[in-house]
This record gives sequence, structure tokens and C-alpha cells, in this order.
Amino acid sequence: MSFFLETLLGGLMSGMLYSLVALGFVLIYKASGVFNFAQGAMVLFAALSMARFSEWIPEWLGMDNLFMANVLAFTISIVVMFVVAWLIERLVLRHLVNQEGATLLMATLGIAYFLDGVGQTIFGSDIYKIDVGMPKEPVMMLESVFEGGILINKEDFVAAFISALLVVALSIFFQKTSTGRALRAVADDHQAAQSIGIPLNRIWVIVWCVAGITALVAGVIWGSKLGAQFSLSTVALRALPVVILGGLTSVPGAIIGGLIIGVGEKLSEVYLGPYVGGGIEIWFAYMLALVFLLFRPQGLFGEKIIDRV
Amino acid sequence: MFYRENGQFKTSYKSDQQIFPIPQDRWLILAIVAFAFLGIPFMVDEYLFRAILIPFLILSLAALGVNILVGYCGQITLGAGAFMAVGAYAAYNFLIRVSGMPALGAILLGGFTAAAVGIVFGIPSLRVRGLYLAVATLAAQFFWDWAFLRVKWFTNDASSGSVSVADIDVFGWIVNTPTDKYLFCLVILVIFSLMAKNLVRGSIGRQWMAIRDMDVAATVIGIRPLYAKLTAFAVSSFYLGVAGALWGMINLGSWEPAAFSIDRSFQLLFMVIIGGMGAIAGSFFGAAFIVILPIFLNQILPIIGGLFGLEVSIALVSHVEIMIFGALIVFFLIVEPHGIARLWSTGREKLRLWPFPH
Amino acid sequence: MSGRKIGEVILDLKNISLSFGGVKALQDISFDVREHEIRAIIGPNGAGKSSMLNVINGVYRPQEGDIILRGVHHANMDSYGAAKAGLARTFQNIALFKGMSVLDNIMTGRNLKMKANMLQQAFWLGAAQREELEHRLKVEEIIDFLEIQHIRKTPVGRLPYGLQKRVDLARALAMEPQILLLDEPMAGMNVEEKQDMCRFILDVNDQFGTTVVLIEHDMGVVMDISDRVVVLDYGKKIGDGTPDEVRANPDVISAYLGASH
Repeated sequence: MSFFLETLLGGLMSGMLYSLVALGFVLIYKASGVFNFAQGAMVLFAALSMARFSEWIPEWLGMDNLFMANVLAFTISIVVMFVVAWLIERLVLRHLVNQEGATLLMATLGIAYFLDGVGQTIFGSDIYKIDVGMPKEPVMMLESVFEGGILINKEDFVAAFISALLVVALSIFFQKTSTGRALRAVADDHQAAQSIGIPLNRIWVIVWCVAGITALVAGVIWGSKLGAQFSLSTVALRALPVVILGGLTSVPGAIIGGLIIGVGEKLSEVYLGPYVGGGIEIWFAYMLALVFLLFRPQGLFGEKIIDRV
Repeated sequence: MFYRENGQFKTSYKSDQQIFPIPQDRWLILAIVAFAFLGIPFMVDEYLFRAILIPFLILSLAALGVNILVGYCGQITLGAGAFMAVGAYAAYNFLIRVSGMPALGAILLGGFTAAAVGIVFGIPSLRVRGLYLAVATLAAQFFWDWAFLRVKWFTNDASSGSVSVADIDVFGWIVNTPTDKYLFCLVILVIFSLMAKNLVRGSIGRQWMAIRDMDVAATVIGIRPLYAKLTAFAVSSFYLGVAGALWGMINLGSWEPAAFSIDRSFQLLFMVIIGGMGAIAGSFFGAAFIVILPIFLNQILPIIGGLFGLEVSIALVSHVEIMIFGALIVFFLIVEPHGIARLWSTGREKLRLWPFPH
Repeated sequence: MSGRKIGEVILDLKNISLSFGGVKALQDISFDVREHEIRAIIGPNGAGKSSMLNVINGVYRPQEGDIILRGVHHANMDSYGAAKAGLARTFQNIALFKGMSVLDNIMTGRNLKMKANMLQQAFWLGAAQREELEHRLKVEEIIDFLEIQHIRKTPVGRLPYGLQKRVDLARALAMEPQILLLDEPMAGMNVEEKQDMCRFILDVNDQFGTTVVLIEHDMGVVMDISDRVVVLDYGKKIGDGTPDEVRANPDVISAYLGASH
């Protein structure tokens, strides 16, 4: 029982991170109809920026206050991600308005490669440490409920908490602010939004900035756990089934889809894996997504796709 | 004689329906093929065969497969590498498990197996498109990555996880020197290119393009999306399967699943985008570009770096390489979605009507 | 009209109802089409004309009603089935294959008649080559008929609107249909182009004996070329008869005066 619960919780924790990446996908897809394959590259880019600046800043300024260094590095990384967002809109999206989804998808694949290359050229391609003071020690829980209790990483807890906080903040941003309303209007109908004077290009820059911030948060959390390294770039591929499952246009879908995939991966690996040789995590998620594609293409929470003649 | 169409009149539809309606084109292509067979084998060294020519031929074949699906039928794939893997491992298993199996037979059977698998993973294309289809093809990629790594039967229980084949024997011709390998791949590529050209200029090719351009209208004039899409998946996967078998058995000799990873799939897609979607020639341009660029950068970057007194590491070269690929993808999608092939044909068309463009 | 004779009922639509979600696009509509005639469907915007055409050739399936084509029930026909049954159509917003040449676009119309298998095509063997040539001849006839010889190798995307409409018609004609459905064939054309298009429609009807069902906005054109007219308004049939009868129908008059046309 305790082993099952530990697996389940572990799945939920990693699912939370998938949700975070998926959220970046959904934001951009809603506002611009672009499926951003570069979300993973953005996570890597942000994580590298965070890791390297937190290392460089104390050297440059000759200080050894870790907290200050982290705050400065985080701020600079936000600026960096804004610049990236602005450049992507300026140099790419602007020229591909009204193109087919597949073309845009391939363009973001190009962006992903470009960002991977630039990021590693500027920041280097080793594994870098991100130390934002995440607690590393495990804790025992629920010992009173059943024997042995369950063992959890505090770090995972903090990470899940931060992710949840970000999701709430984004929801408020979307529902309550005027920029959020404009974003939703653009998501509903580009042309209608444009005709009532919402500047499309600025909205796009804003969503890409927001997606950049979610990438930064995901990058920092993951980076502090595993180090900032190239493999972060592949999280886009891990989070892709999540958005298919949850529905490409749905924020709650991204969250719940992330949790389902996170749990599904862990449970299938632990309980099904041994029978088939292990390592089934990735394709299991994709097969799950495939089943959804065949029977419910709009995902759990997405809007129904209607073809018009 | 000048390269142009002005003043050349076709007197029958038959002559207008040739693959290369302009005589100069026909001669040029024939000359290139003849040179490839008769000239190159005597001119280049082993390194050039191994590093450039053989990979170029095989990847061109694979790019043809991707182009049929993506460029002609408009169905995106991010799992092309998986179908190469299926072809390679199927050919391997046919070769070692069926006694007396000729190598050529195994390679073709590898292609047919890939075609069958391609049809299965093409089924989602009947319901979804664009990004959603990309996910289905990624599912194929990850599933087969895993299967060839973990299911020991496919690798004949090889303990290292890698499989290898001896030099192959085609009707008594032992293909073992680089020149042999080059010629063998060249023969296959020439035949397969002709087949591809014939398919895309005929009725099936028009069905693919109709589905690509406007699927509702295609159905209304009597094209079944089911047939058109699944044949595109089948033919495309067949090409990829044969290319995979050649890549494993001819180019590598012994290989692991990583040879056909998702990076290979992306690379193939990039070839088609850069070379030219919906153009047979584009597959060759794209493959040549992707094979040659890294080698070129490896040579040139350290020299450029040297000019500025910088040390250029191998890692840096590879980062610059993916930067250039990324930038070029975006560039071509924005500026010339039909790739190098279109740039080439625009130039040609200008010549063709010269000196009377209107 | 010259030698053609209007024959028996070839297409009979009975009590067709179609709705999307809660919106009723067509309500209980019945009319028939006779062989060799030119039948027009008119009505103000949003009257359900295009929906009607989409029902006839199987793009939409009506929730209720029956379609009888030459005595055969076709209520569950899809658009591929409609093509096989001899229906061809053109589109209001031109739906040509924009990456292909004019010639290839029209050749797609011959698809149902081409039988060479994939192996024959791959190696350009006898049957495939013969077939390609044979159908090319037929297509060239249509190209001559519609006077588009000069653009046969041009990618359709580069053509002006009026010519694209003509290629759209050519592609439908290449199917050698028994019934030709035209969705606003003259929309957006200038007077000269309209006259050309009228002439082509009449010629098709006259020379090939093709039955034509057309939707058109331009009342003058409709009344000139049609044998009988159905009038729709808000998804309901409000008139049916010869142009003169329809013109005199008080419901039709009020529908047209009520809407601005």
C-alpha cells in the first residue's frame, strides 16, 4: 500500500511539472494557433540562463550572497526570455500569419533547433547546477495512518506548490486583467479581436513572454533537481501527450492531463514495465494520447473541432 | 543549342507527357546519371564514398519517402526514423531467420514490412491532421525506439543490443568495397526515383496532391481520402524501410536503435523542407545539403575562428550546425516554402522562355 | 433551346430536413429535377441554398428525408458515393487544388475512370501509360470546349478569379457527370465573364445533355437560362415552377422585397 502511494505521489509530482510545460503549450496555442514545439528548447534556454547567470553574477560583482545572486539571475533570465519572445514574434510569427498549422509546427521545430544551438553556444553545454535553496531531504508521512508511512522528497512538494501557485496566478491574469481579456478575445477569433482594436502582434508577444516565464519556472525547478542540461530540451516531447489528452485549448486540461500522464507513466512503468522489459514510460504516454486522438480528438476538455465546407 | 522551350513544339500528348519534356533536361539528367555510374567510381577516394556519397544516396532515398508523404500528400510525419528502423530490423530478421534468403529480397521485404507498419500508424490520419497527426507519428517513433531496444527477439538476443550483418551478396556480386556499396545504392536510388516520379505524375500522385490541397473537394470529385492517405503512408514507409535497410546493412554494417532515433526523423523532415516539398529533385537537394553542411562547417569554422584568434571546439561546431539548420528551416518556410528545388526551377523557367518571357 | 428534350425525373428530393445543433438549415424541402433540364435554386443569403447542394452531393447528410437518384434511394450517400453515382459540382469559394497545374486539376476529375494499379503506375507500364494518354485526350477536349488552352500548364494559384471558376467547371465536366451542380458559378464576375459562363452552361446542357442544378444570386441570369426554379427562404421552400410562375408568386416577391437584393 505504501509503495503504491509513493509511486502515485511521485507520478503526481512529475505530472505537475508536465502540467507546467503543457501550460506553455496551451497559452500559445490559444492565442496564436501555433503549436510551439520550441517550448522544450525555451525551458532549456531559461534553465541555462538561470544557472549560468547565478554563477557569473557573483564573479562579476565580487559578492557571495547566494540569495541576491539568484534573484538577479532570475530577473535577468526573465528579461532574456522576453527578448526571445519578442524576437520570435518579430522574426518568425509575423511572417507566418494565416499559414497552416503544420507549417507553423515545422517553423517552431526550426526555432527549437535554433534556440538549442544558441543557448549552448552562449551558455555552454555541460551540466550546470541551479541552487535556489530547494530542500533536498526526504520526509516520512502518514506514519499514523498505516505502518511504515510513505517517503517523499520535500523538494517535490515545494515544486508542486510553486507550480500550483503559478497556475493560479495565470488563471487570475487571464480572468481578471484587461490584458487577459484581450488574450481570450484573440483566442476566440483573431479577426474579430483585431477589428475591435486589439493589437494582435502585441498580444502575441505577451503570450510568448508568459510562456517564457512558465518555461523559466519549469526550467528552474527541473534544473535544480537534475541540473540544467541538454536533456531538458526533450521535455517538450514528454509533455506533448499531456496536451493531447487534456485538450489543446484548455488550461485545466493541461493541469489534469499532466497529472494523469505523470501518474500513468509511473504506474505503468512500475506495474507493467517489468513484464515487457521496462522503459515503457514514453511510448505509453503516446499510446494513451493516440487512443484519445482516435476516439476523442479534442481531448478531455478541449473545444470540439468542427470542419466547415 | 540553347536551353529553352521557345520554338520547340510538341506534336503529340505523348511527347508532352514525358518525365522531362525538354530535351536539354533529358540530356542533362542522363549525363548526370551516366557520370555517377561511370565517372565517379574512378575519381573519388574511400573517404568521400564513406562520408558523403553513400550517406547521400541512402538519405536521398529516405527523403523521397518523406517527401511523398509530407510534400505530396500533405501529411506531416515526425516519425520517419521509426519506419527506417522497422525496415532495417525487418530486413535483418528476414536475412538471418529465413535460410537462403537473398540480401536484395531481405531489403525489399524490409521495405514491405515498413509499408505495413506505416499503414497501421497512418490510420489516425483519417481522423486527425496537422499537429495531431504529428503526435501519432511520434507515437510510432517512441514505440519502435523502445521495441528494438528492449524486445530481444528483434535483435536476435544480441547481448550488446547491436546487430550486424556480413557483406551482402546480390546475385553473386559481393558488395563489400566502398565502390560496390556506392554502386549498389546508386542503382536502387535511380530505380526508386524513377518509380517515385512516375507515381507522382500519374493518377495516384494527383490523388495525393488533391488531398493535400483541398480534401473536401477531392472527395467530391471521387477521391477516397482513405485510399489516398493510406497509399501515401504505405509508399512513403516502403521507401523509408528500404532506406533503413540500406543504412543499416550497407552504410553502417552493424547498428543500434539510436541510428534511427527521433533526431533522424527531424533530420529527414528538414531535408524535405530545405530541399523542396512536393518536388522529387528537392529530396536530393535536401539530402545533399544536410550531408555536406556539417562536413563543410567542420572544415571552415576552425579557419574562420583562427582568423579571430578563437579556438573552435567540436561542440561549438555542432551547436552552430543546429543553429544554422534551425534558422534555415524558418527561412525557407517563410521565404520559399518549396525549398531549393523551387529556387532552381524558377531560375530554369526564366531560361526556358528566354528571350520572350511574355 | 435547341434539340434537347427534357425527360423524366432523374433526381427526387423528398422532405429533406437538416440542422446543425439547434439551427435548422433546411426544413421539409421537396423538389425534383428532370433529365436534361437546367434547374435553379434561388433565395436570399442564408436561405439554405448551399446546404441544399451539400445535401444533394453527400457532403452533409440530412437528418430526415430521402434522396432518390434514378429510382435508387441515396439518403446515406457520402460525397464519394455521389461522385460515383454521376454527380459533379463546382464550389462557391473556388476549391481548386492550388498546388497543381490546370491540366492536373482537370485530370483529377478523371480519377474515378482510371483503373491502372499502383505497380503499373510506378513503372509506367502499358496500361498506365495508355490510360494517361486516353484521358488526356478527353481532358484536352474539355480544355478546348472551355477555351483555356493557353493556361493548361499554369499553376491554378496564379490564375485570375474568372479563369479559376472556369477551371473549376472544367474539373467537374471531366467527370462526365449526369448531373452537374453549380454553386454560384457567376459570383464575383464581371459582365463579360458572366456572359461567357452562361454560354458554357447552356452549351454543356445542350451538347452533352447534362442536367444542371445551379445556385445563383443574379436573378436576371437565373430567369434567362433556367427551365424551372426553386425558391428557398430561411430553410423553407416558398416557390417552385417556371421562371414566369416564380416571378408571379407573391411569397417570392415579398421575400425578395423584404431582403435587399
